[in-house]
Amino acid sequence: MTEPVAFPQDRTCPYHPPTAYEPMARPLSRVALFDGREVWVVTGHSVARELLVDQRLSSERDRHGFPIPSARFAGIRDRSAALLGVDDPKHNTQRRLLIPSFTLKRTAALRPQIQQTVDRLLDAMVAQGPPAELVSAFALPVPSMVICALLGVPYEDHDFFEAQSRRLLRGPEAADTLDARDQLEAYFGTLIDRKQKEPGDGLLDELIHEQLREGTVDRAELVSLATILLVAGHETTANMISLGTFTLLRHPERLAELRTEPALIPTAVEELLRFLSIADGLLRVATEDIEIAGTTIRADDGVVFSTSVINRDANAFTEPDTLDWHRSARHHLAFGFGIHQCLGQNLARAEMEIALRTLFERLPGLSLAAPADEIPFKPGDTVQGMLELPVTW
Amino acid sequence: MHIKIDRDSCIGAGQCALTAPGVFTQDDDGFSEVLPGREDGGGDPLLREAARACPVGAITVSDG
Repeated sequence: MTEPVAFPQDRTCPYHPPTAYEPMARPLSRVALFDGREVWVVTGHSVARELLVDQRLSSERDRHGFPIPSARFAGIRDRSAALLGVDDPKHNTQRRLLIPSFTLKRTAALRPQIQQTVDRLLDAMVAQGPPAELVSAFALPVPSMVICALLGVPYEDHDFFEAQSRRLLRGPEAADTLDARDQLEAYFGTLIDRKQKEPGDGLLDELIHEQLREGTVDRAELVSLATILLVAGHETTANMISLGTFTLLRHPERLAELRTEPALIPTAVEELLRFLSIADGLLRVATEDIEIAGTTIRADDGVVFSTSVINRDANAFTEPDTLDWHRSARHHLAFGFGIHQCLGQNLARAEMEIALRTLFERLPGLSLAAPADEIPFKPGDTVQGMLELPVTW
Repeated sequence: MHIKIDRDSCIGAGQCALTAPGVFTQDDDGFSEVLPGREDGGGDPLLREAARACPVGAITVSDG
């Protein structure tokens, strides 16, 4: 038996899975977590699809055997997050409150507003620059403004919640993560009080005035839901915009192809989602023995899904390490699969399409303002993306 | 072709309507729905791909 690979690890190149993951066998392998515990890692596309719909795998973080990917994460296991940390039937009840706000139609209706946000941010960046730091000037504020408007959260509080979201997802210490979650929850507690007196017109207002009043959700659940929607709604897409831009600038031929044929942009976004797989390491625990791929996952075994490795499975994607706008990449698992598949995926697609298309249209001479290998990116134990992206044009 | 949607398991991800917009749509609650007149799939080549794209396997496509 070979030594299990350590998981998670930092990427070597921000747009490829860590080279240290190469020895992992497909479709299932063993990895060692930071605390030395060995768990299963799912690396094959077809087995991942099968397991992500298997109700014998639980998302409840406080359950015995749930895998802990980092010391930081250990701090927030005490109470499971709404939606992504609960199983059905509770998950189903929570998700159904939210899906009407994230349908394709509702998302399509938001496109003019997303376009306006993107245009204004680029106007401001052009007026100031070049150079510019693209994460703070563009990649982060686009999704942050969009999710604020959708939820009914005042954008003027963005310095606060962006900083707390960063601490929640990146620590560095367990105490930071725990404190960040408490601060965000306290913020939403106050916001909900205010909205009960002065209603607005966001999703949060709808939930307060319909579901909270009717008792479909309780206050603690609503606070947890709001926190998750806000954090997941801006951090993830911001990373896709920053890392997507970096990746395009590092693949000038692919970028030129998009410039010549902008109709390719929706499939390019899908391919970037597959290629970059920024949410790498979905976590579950087995509640019963599961026979799969000729082996047995035992009850209480931890299971992690390495989406970056799964989305490079040659059985599902031809030449998986090549960026190709002409492939059909939509069966990637970058948004997960099963009941927890990303609620905001259609909004994320719209934001990425509009942000990337407009950025390269407005600034055809966009280039990196620092050597590519000196630009810092995020560590392996959090959502992947660029920490900074210095650009010029 | 016969299309069956299990609305109890539908999670409103919209993958069916995104993959095969000529056959599926989402109702106001976000649930998957077959477009009127497309109950037999209308020969859409993307029908089976749309069923496969469903993250919870809520769509069954059968012959006849």
